Amino acid sequence: MSESKRVIIEPVTRVEGHGKVSILLDENNKVTQARLHIVEFRGFERFIQGRPYWEVPVLVQRLCGICPVSHHLAAAKAMDRIVGADKLTPTAEKMRRLMHYGQMFQSHALHFFHLVSPDLLFGFDADPKIRNVIGVAIKFPDLAVQGVMMRKFGQEIIKATAGKKIHGTGAIPGGINKNLSIAERDSFLKDIKQMLEWSRGALKIAKDYTVENLQKIASFGSFDSNHLSLIRKDGAMDLYHGNLRAIDSQGKKIFDQVDYSDYTDYITEEVKSWSYMKFPFIKSIGAEKGWYRVGPLARVNTCDFIDTPEAEAARKEFMAVTNGKPNNITMAYHWARMIEILHSAEKINELLNDKDLQGTDLVVKGKRRNEAVGLIEAPRGTLFHHYKVNDDDQITMANLIVSTTHNNEPMNRAVAKVADEYISGVPKITEGLLNRVEVAIRAYDPCLSCATHAMGKMPLKITLYDYQGNEITSRTKE
Amino acid sequence: MSDQITFTIDGVEVKGKPGQTILEAADAAGIYIPRLCFMKDLIPHGSCRVCTVFINGRPQAACTQPITEGAIVENDTAELKEHRKNIIDMLFVEGNHFCMFCEKSGNCELQAMAYRLGISAPKYPYLFPKRDVDATHPDILIDRNRCILCGRCVEASRDVDKKTIFEFVGRGADKKVAVNANADLKDTDFKATDKAADVCPVGCIIKKRVGFAIPVGQRKYDTKPIGSDIEAGKK
Ligand code: SF4
Ligand code: SF4
Ligand code: FES
Ligand code: NI
Repeated sequence: MSESKRVIIEPVTRVEGHGKVSILLDENNKVTQARLHIVEFRGFERFIQGRPYWEVPVLVQRLCGICPVSHHLAAAKAMDRIVGADKLTPTAEKMRRLMHYGQMFQSHALHFFHLVSPDLLFGFDADPKIRNVIGVAIKFPDLAVQGVMMRKFGQEIIKATAGKKIHGTGAIPGGINKNLSIAERDSFLKDIKQMLEWSRGALKIAKDYTVENLQKIASFGSFDSNHLSLIRKDGAMDLYHGNLRAIDSQGKKIFDQVDYSDYTDYITEEVKSWSYMKFPFIKSIGAEKGWYRVGPLARVNTCDFIDTPEAEAARKEFMAVTNGKPNNITMAYHWARMIEILHSAEKINELLNDKDLQGTDLVVKGKRRNEAVGLIEAPRGTLFHHYKVNDDDQITMANLIVSTTHNNEPMNRAVAKVADEYISGVPKITEGLLNRVEVAIRAYDPCLSCATHAMGKMPLKITLYDYQGNEITSRTKE
Repeated sequence: MSDQITFTIDGVEVKGKPGQTILEAADAAGIYIPRLCFMKDLIPHGSCRVCTVFINGRPQAACTQPITEGAIVENDTAELKEHRKNIIDMLFVEGNHFCMFCEKSGNCELQAMAYRLGISAPKYPYLFPKRDVDATHPDILIDRNRCILCGRCVEASRDVDKKTIFEFVGRGADKKVAVNANADLKDTDFKATDKAADVCPVGCIIKKRVGFAIPVGQRKYDTKPIGSDIEAGKK
């Protein structure tokens, strides 16, 4: 009877952006279909037409109120190519890197402490009244404070490099518009030891959680997949710049050291009737099997090593769990993310001690181009910006592929897997069971705001339908 | 004949020279009267009405009105502030002003005036007019989305550059600054060194490829409100 299906779905409070999960049940409560729909809005690509190219790195930040810095830098990298700046000055490149690591640090801190830690610390089935950031603040006050302070540290770095915490202007075509003053540098140096320490602590929580619960989470929303990221020439993880590398689930290289300007030769996007969001895949393999994951898990999997000592040691431990093969466990994203937070802290420390940041040679230019691609490893994964510019300096074409779009297929797989495993055939669906759907999505840290190109935050809605297509229940949190 | 004229602004005695406008005399005395279309070196034409003051009880544009002996001028009053806010408000909604990605932000007189007057968001609804961009010139771009029709470019081109490249066409909401009978800027002899390239108070006539080269914090109005340079000269 329908009463039994009238389940309460708790507010979905901890995914940023706008999306919808629909789960269809048959007469026996078996899941017949489970999908994540994200309404991708590409109005932005039209809006930007006719705008002068030098405005773009600032303008694109309108795309997303959650990860503006990644868009700022990806667009700036494309505009470097437009103005023919093929090699930036050391000051410009390092200031941009500092901005980027600051953004990575604050984004990962926000995600881990604010959105994920309640699930890890209290368990998926814990009372939702406790399983939230307030609950964490009460039970683990030190952690809550760390999360806030780490986020603030990252934001201050963004401000010092970009000029503002949001809608900064720091990265300009061919370079940067300011260096780091001694006073700014010293204010960060004063705190960096603490940030490193807290990063180690967060890494330990994520690692211990994964190792201790390995049995339970190994299959949770998991599946074999390809992985894609930028990679440095020597195979090191590089979050700011590199060439493209894709590997399969066993670590075999599909392509390597591909100049990202040629990305359209390697990657294409598929449209599916039921989703507004496209599905990118690797051309040589095809849509069926060519999809891939991006983000922290993919990056730790694809790289040969990490060039900072503590993160490298952590990477080795991480890879040992899967005997050196790529880790395909969805919940391992959290561990990988915290390896990156430590890596970012180490990189920030390195940069703060680098005199180049006080250099005054900020901008270079070269031979003007009319088309350019800029890629960056954003906190959530590889971000593609592609532009065409006419001789009057106006944008005539823009194509953006955001991390969340790359992870569209993987997130759908994760949702389907969890729905099948935990919801299918269960007579009474508890909040904890539905939370699992969200836990699986959250592992990817999707930025639905980015994907939908809508400013600010919008809700994720989970809806359960019975076999006649009637909505049994749905819950949305604005 | 006396070569000095004495009058008061908000009760403060101000001395000026014959032929000076209220605005000029106020400036010299370190009293700021808000203004937008007025610019030193250009002939004032009183189009924006932001500088409106009460002279002996009658509203007048301070940038065009000559000083007179014994005049009682009111400038810094609640009523006039409200009037000025309304004008600024309307200028915002009549164009397409997205300060967060406008390269003039921080150097913009309209934005600075809004800050000085304490406007955070316009109270009138945005009109989102359709305006175009002229990017044809190699060195200068015109983004009409941000034009406030102050007339400075028209005057500078006509009176200083002797070229008459800009002119107003249309009326009311359709009024816009055009280039030589609607030609593209590239078809004129406009130069980036022209006076008219340097007078726009907003981000409408801009030099290409400069963009955001000046960082946030080092822009003209980032640390000091508009008018503070004049007020610094207060006697
Ligand atoms: S011209 Fe001035 S008011 Fe208009 S968008 Fe630019 S900064 Fe803002
Ligand atoms: S283009 Fe600039 S200077 Fe010319 S009328 Fe418009 S706002 Fe004034
Ligand atoms: S400044 Fe006087 S009318 Fe514009
Ligand atoms: Ni985003």
